[in-house]
Amino acid sequence: MSLLEVKNLHASVNGKEILHGINLQVNIGEVHAIMGPNGSGKSTLAGVLAGREAYIVTEGQVLYQGKNLLEMDPEERAREGVFLAFQYPVEIPGVNNSYFLKAALNAIRKHKGLEELDAIDFLSLLKQKTKLVDMNESFLNRPVNEGFSGGEKKRNEIFHMAVLEPTLAILDETDSGLDIDALKTVSEGVNKLRSKENATIIVTHYQRLLNYIVPDFVHVLVDGIIVKSGGKDLAIKLEELGYDWVREETVHAV
Amino acid sequence: MATETNTIEQFADQEYKYGFITDIEADSTPAGLNEDIIRFISAKKQEPEWLLEWRLKSYRHWQKMEEPRWPNVKYPPIDYQAIVYYSAPKKKIELKDISEVDPELLRTYDKLGIPLREQEWLAGVAVDAVFDSVSVATTFKEKLRELGIVFCSFSEAVREYPDLVRKYLGSVVPANDNYFAALNSAVFSDGSFCFIPKGVRCPMELSTYFRINAADTGQFERTLIVAEEGSQVSYLEGCTAPMRDKNQLHAAVVELVALDNARIKYSTVQNWYPGDKEGRGGIYNFVTKRGKCAGVNSKISWTQVETGSAITWKYPSVLLIGDNSVGEFYSVAVVNNYQQADTGTKMTHIGKNTKSTIVSKGISAGHGQNSYRGLVEMKKNATNSRNYSQCDSLLLGDKCGAHTFPYIEVKNTSSKAEHEATTSKIGEDQIFYCKQRGLSTEDAVNMIVNGFCREVFHELPMEFAVEAQKLLGVSLEGSVG
Repeated sequence: MSLLEVKNLHASVNGKEILHGINLQVNIGEVHAIMGPNGSGKSTLAGVLAGREAYIVTEGQVLYQGKNLLEMDPEERAREGVFLAFQYPVEIPGVNNSYFLKAALNAIRKHKGLEELDAIDFLSLLKQKTKLVDMNESFLNRPVNEGFSGGEKKRNEIFHMAVLEPTLAILDETDSGLDIDALKTVSEGVNKLRSKENATIIVTHYQRLLNYIVPDFVHVLVDGIIVKSGGKDLAIKLEELGYDWVREETVHAV
Repeated sequence: MATETNTIEQFADQEYKYGFITDIEADSTPAGLNEDIIRFISAKKQEPEWLLEWRLKSYRHWQKMEEPRWPNVKYPPIDYQAIVYYSAPKKKIELKDISEVDPELLRTYDKLGIPLREQEWLAGVAVDAVFDSVSVATTFKEKLRELGIVFCSFSEAVREYPDLVRKYLGSVVPANDNYFAALNSAVFSDGSFCFIPKGVRCPMELSTYFRINAADTGQFERTLIVAEEGSQVSYLEGCTAPMRDKNQLHAAVVELVALDNARIKYSTVQNWYPGDKEGRGGIYNFVTKRGKCAGVNSKISWTQVETGSAITWKYPSVLLIGDNSVGEFYSVAVVNNYQQADTGTKMTHIGKNTKSTIVSKGISAGHGQNSYRGLVEMKKNATNSRNYSQCDSLLLGDKCGAHTFPYIEVKNTSSKAEHEATTSKIGEDQIFYCKQRGLSTEDAVNMIVNGFCREVFHELPMEFAVEAQKLLGVSLEGSVG
């Protein structure tokens, strides 16, 4: 059974259809990259999977661990192990990052029937995870994303992912706004979290992130439809030839 | 899935589940106010002649005054002749045990973390001999007495410490200060009196005892706190538990006096009946609170968390008379449904090198209207004085309102006043972000609102801060679940 199965997914925003029938299958242990030009519907797909309310699914089906994902509330999806690293992480003034994560982790643990972590156990877990993404411990006591630089926000997303240990992580343009050093650190963090027990979907515009996080599969999304799928070499070819190459090829194929 | 607007509406939809209990067999005056009624009140309380005179003088002032129309609130005219001004509680209808108490009410008490014994007491269950609130109170009182601290009801203070009362009553809020203060001065029923002698630091927050004893204080409450040279006190007013009250108009007066090097910290949590979802009923809370930093290096700090009442009209203020004195005002005001609040502070800098800080957080939900109104005044001789004001408003939904009316008057060239203000809406994206991390909508809103109020909660005494946080959750709790 696949971890995630997306079948003929159509979705619209403000009455306008953006996704025109997406098919995608992700198995446990795999890393999939979804590439595409601006406006192709990449972030919409990530948003639909996470349960953003503005995105209306008009047709199709999404199964996650065999269950109907689209019927679940966003928090239920999160508790079932779906994680979205936001393209634009949100600031929550006055709410301490570690306090926020403790509430989140315990909500997830409670859902799984696990005991909630107390302050001491949680703190030692946090410290261990800060090392994983090379994050300064001072970030723990700062309000969630408030006053963080663009790069710090993205790193914080990966830190949240490290703490919450999702089964399916969706990284939405995690590389945008990162300089090369930050890109390396963030990628290393993601690679360390990669295991046979989880899967990752990387949504990106550029191929450069895939130099650091090597995907098992690459899908090219153009105008709301996956026009081409392949191995990691596809990403390199795309970088050389540009998205127009895929567009043309698709036209020829039809 | 609900849309965002729905979510917020549901949040704004929380109901005050407790309603009123009118169970008091009253020994009361007929409705209406005249000099005979005031004489009756004074006689009932066995007051000295000077106090009766003071009340009558206040009453005569009040008759010549007009109800203020400048606050940004709307309510139908109050018929002052329809109010009963004295009503002595005889006895409560007592429930036999806690199983007779509305389980919803108990659930709220639990959420607020109120101990079971106190829950029983608050809900009106006959409490057994093990929990005798009178004896608990007496123990505290004796402890305080040893240090020379006086902490008692206002009536008792009039009987036992008439000279102190006479010296300070009306010294901060004169009887003719404003319409509601004048009314209070004429008819006040009871309240609290607190005196901290020279050099004494009050060893406990004046709270636990107070929670048990304050619930029966009436409609026209009078509080007077005097801190002598070098003394310190932290005073907690109110109760996070929902208060039932049959009186619609509340006009209290609180006066604080800090002499040289004294410090007074006054914290309030107000959770009175806010009216129903359509805006019917609810308390009118028209309060005059003022502190006087009379001595050098003295400090008065007000912290308030206001979640209840249909209409709130209050401006806890500080007169900074002593050189180097400090005034602070930290406030969280929540309005939901049709609640209206016009609240803020006045910092009057008179002495040199005086400092004041104002942090006001207004939260509006439903059709609620929240106004911050503040006056920072630096007189000619208040050289080198400083003020910092910060007013933030948070909106939940799109039918509520936030307003800010800051006034700054600086009459010398060496002083500085700073004012910062922000208005933000609780964002769909913030709630979604929290939910994507596994939190429920309720927890998300709670967390965002509490984060917004953090600077103010930080000023509350520890246990009170925890209660206030929970209270905010209860106040904004919706049918989402």
